[in-house]
Amino acid sequence: MLVYLGRRLNLLFFTLLILCIASYTLAFLFPGDPLTNLSGNPISSEDQAQQLRMMYALDDGYIAGFWQYLKLTLSGEWGLSLTSQNPIFADICQFLPASLELSLYAMAVSLLVGIPLGIAAGLNHRRYTDMSILSVSLVGFSMPVFWLALLLILIFSLQWGGLPMSGRVSLIYEIPQYSGFMLVDILQADIDNKKQVLMDALHHLILPTLSLSIVTCSLVVRLTRRSVINVMASDYIKAAYAKGLSRTQVFWHHGMKNALLPIMPQLAMQFTVLLTNAMIVEVIFSWPGIGEWMMQAIYQRDFPAIRGGMLAVSALVVIVTICVDLLIRTIYPLSKKQLHAQV
Amino acid sequence: MKNRTCLGLMLSCMVSVGCQDLDDAEVKQKGLIYCSEGSPVTFNPQLDISGTTADAAAHQLYNGLLDFDPETSKVIPALADSWLVSEDGLTYTFQLRKDVQFHQTGYFTPSRAFNADDVLFSINRWRLASHPYHKVSGGVYPYFESLGLQDIVAEVNRLNGYRVEIKLHRPDSSFLATLATDFAVMLSAEYAEQLMLAGTPELLDSQPIGTGPFKFQQFRKNNYIRYHRHADYWEGQAYQEQLIFDITPTSSMRLAKLITGECDVIAFPAQTELRIVDQRQDLVLEEKPGLNVGFWAFNTARPPFDDPKVRRALAMAVDRQALLDAVYSDSAVASKGLLPPTSWAYDENQRDVHYNPALARQLLDEAGVKRGFRMNIWAMPVQRAYNPNATKMAELIQSYLDKVDIRVDIVSYEWATFRRLLKQGMHDSVLIGWSADNGDPDNFYRPLLSCAAIASGTNRANWCLPKYDELINDALRYTDEDSRMHYYHQVNELLVEQMPLLPIAHAYRFQAYREGITGMQINPFGGIRFGQVRKEGR
Repeated sequence: MLVYLGRRLNLLFFTLLILCIASYTLAFLFPGDPLTNLSGNPISSEDQAQQLRMMYALDDGYIAGFWQYLKLTLSGEWGLSLTSQNPIFADICQFLPASLELSLYAMAVSLLVGIPLGIAAGLNHRRYTDMSILSVSLVGFSMPVFWLALLLILIFSLQWGGLPMSGRVSLIYEIPQYSGFMLVDILQADIDNKKQVLMDALHHLILPTLSLSIVTCSLVVRLTRRSVINVMASDYIKAAYAKGLSRTQVFWHHGMKNALLPIMPQLAMQFTVLLTNAMIVEVIFSWPGIGEWMMQAIYQRDFPAIRGGMLAVSALVVIVTICVDLLIRTIYPLSKKQLHAQV
Repeated sequence: MKNRTCLGLMLSCMVSVGCQDLDDAEVKQKGLIYCSEGSPVTFNPQLDISGTTADAAAHQLYNGLLDFDPETSKVIPALADSWLVSEDGLTYTFQLRKDVQFHQTGYFTPSRAFNADDVLFSINRWRLASHPYHKVSGGVYPYFESLGLQDIVAEVNRLNGYRVEIKLHRPDSSFLATLATDFAVMLSAEYAEQLMLAGTPELLDSQPIGTGPFKFQQFRKNNYIRYHRHADYWEGQAYQEQLIFDITPTSSMRLAKLITGECDVIAFPAQTELRIVDQRQDLVLEEKPGLNVGFWAFNTARPPFDDPKVRRALAMAVDRQALLDAVYSDSAVASKGLLPPTSWAYDENQRDVHYNPALARQLLDEAGVKRGFRMNIWAMPVQRAYNPNATKMAELIQSYLDKVDIRVDIVSYEWATFRRLLKQGMHDSVLIGWSADNGDPDNFYRPLLSCAAIASGTNRANWCLPKYDELINDALRYTDEDSRMHYYHQVNELLVEQMPLLPIAHAYRFQAYREGITGMQINPFGGIRFGQVRKEGR
């Protein structure tokens, strides 16, 4: 176990290091002055330039510069956004929770809907239930997220007019930000019409969550189905039937656990796919998350913000992946055999 | 099991949809949501001339001494009850309204009502370079500087607590109109003093205090602006408890939000979307001819555009009627000179250039502009009534100029950057426009093309001709319209000859809002007003 842990932490460390190197290099590759790209300060005077060069150790060569950059990055000094002049780290802390919130709910919905459907399809292999679930999931899987999102807006917001199409909660309500997770914040907030606000926030969640989870859900269905089919065809299941157990008993006692455990890692990995998709969905639904924030930065050629956003999102994906890997390892014994990480 | 899960999900969705409509309508009625097109640069209209800033601040947060009646465009009293103009037109005396309260917010509690000190502070801030607040927040007051007003106003005196006297160096028949514009707002001298003591004077312009119908609550760039009602507003408190600007830069997005009811009022519906608004039962579309002009300005500080012949040739190379049809789709009239037909000084018989690519090429040859010459056209990135789609227009011009062997690069930046670089004169030519701030014709001629307007950044052509300045100054010495007309005709003649910019169109102003909103008025010029707007239950 220790060796395993060591290997994974090693991997984590070097991936993050490479990410940092990449983001540091970006500051030099982006057009414009590297100093401005790093700090986000439009250089106005020689004095200020000198001070910033000192701060980033730009005159001491690339290695020393990178070391300094690493130190600043770890201490939360990510520079300023060129357009708003806000500290980038603070901005990310503000916007990232919104993306996480959306992805978490979408993940939950995908699992809650996808696993039961997948099991149903797997148990009814080659029958109508299976075929229909499989074909629907194929359609869901093949739909591009942005197109699906627009379609949902067209139908549910514009044609039927029931659901809102932008933001996290109606702007009428003032919700102070504590955690950045809207539902948590609403529950914590000191407001008198809490129930209404909560309903409003849930309304705002429906369409983005739906458009995110449909794709992931189809994937979960297909994974679960395949695994259930494999397990149900194995010898110990046949043996269980031979003992005279009923279908339900066989599945609940022997099939379920063995079918779900091996696909756990793959299911958990969907979270990173979700996070990437979430960034697209955010732009469409004006969801004030990291995706929309980065999109704005890209439009306005705000290089420090692009660099910071890239670093934050990719670091998050790497960390989540490794954590999931470790978690699976502790609960799923078979994976102990694999010493090397898999992505 | 599968069925039960699905059913449960569907049920919970249905329940949540059902509940909301019942008790929510009342709460939503308290707040009005306006989907605006961009973030304001500042909350002090003295510092910025863009329409976005004027919309967000001028009539929501502040009042001026005077105001315009949106119906008749006449000057009416606001914070000044009444006024007197001396015989020689040099001294203006204003009697101020009493019991006008400033906003009370989390960051400021006023100890006194509005009085003469506030007027002195507000005017002296932009007028006197030595004023302690003059340099705060950049120290540029584009509107006043473009009018050269700091050199016209001789002194501002406090006669008593509620009486102020303003003396001018020379008579200026547009002075009252200037004081009634969006930019001549009244700030709180007491608040300014407090901030100065606290060492944070720049907060005056980002955490504003005024006397207007709404007080500032919160601003998140590119996201929203929140206002609360000012309970002690002197004209009687506003109907809506809350006013929210939902900043939505894409116009199709604004329309969609209007349809779903996420916005009550939207800014600048695009020309192509007007029909949709018109067809829907639950939306209202209003239109009114506006005092504005969209134009193509040549940067005369850069050769070869310093040669009037080149500018005339470029103007001739473009078929303006085609631009009008393609970009404005029936929502604008073609320009003949700077002034729109609604202005009293409009000249129907004005000479104009006509589309003639052959002659254009000939003029270019004479001026020594080679075939294959490259120039750029800057297309503004935001929609305005006077130019709803500058990029499309730039592309059309690109194809026209291609026919006279001139290659065009189209350039665009984010709006704040665009304007900054424009002011630095980095462009060859630019597609932009002007919305008047008051009904006076001088409000077109002076800010757009006078020499003083170069420094303040509204003269996009960087064009300066002493003869022109002389003519428009002469026009202001007379108060009767006929004498002024005489000068403006000469000015128009000069402009056709010199062609520092090519006027393209005058747009109608449109306003789209949801059924049930009352009290919306289209101003022919200037920022939007929400003080009298009311939202009825559906």
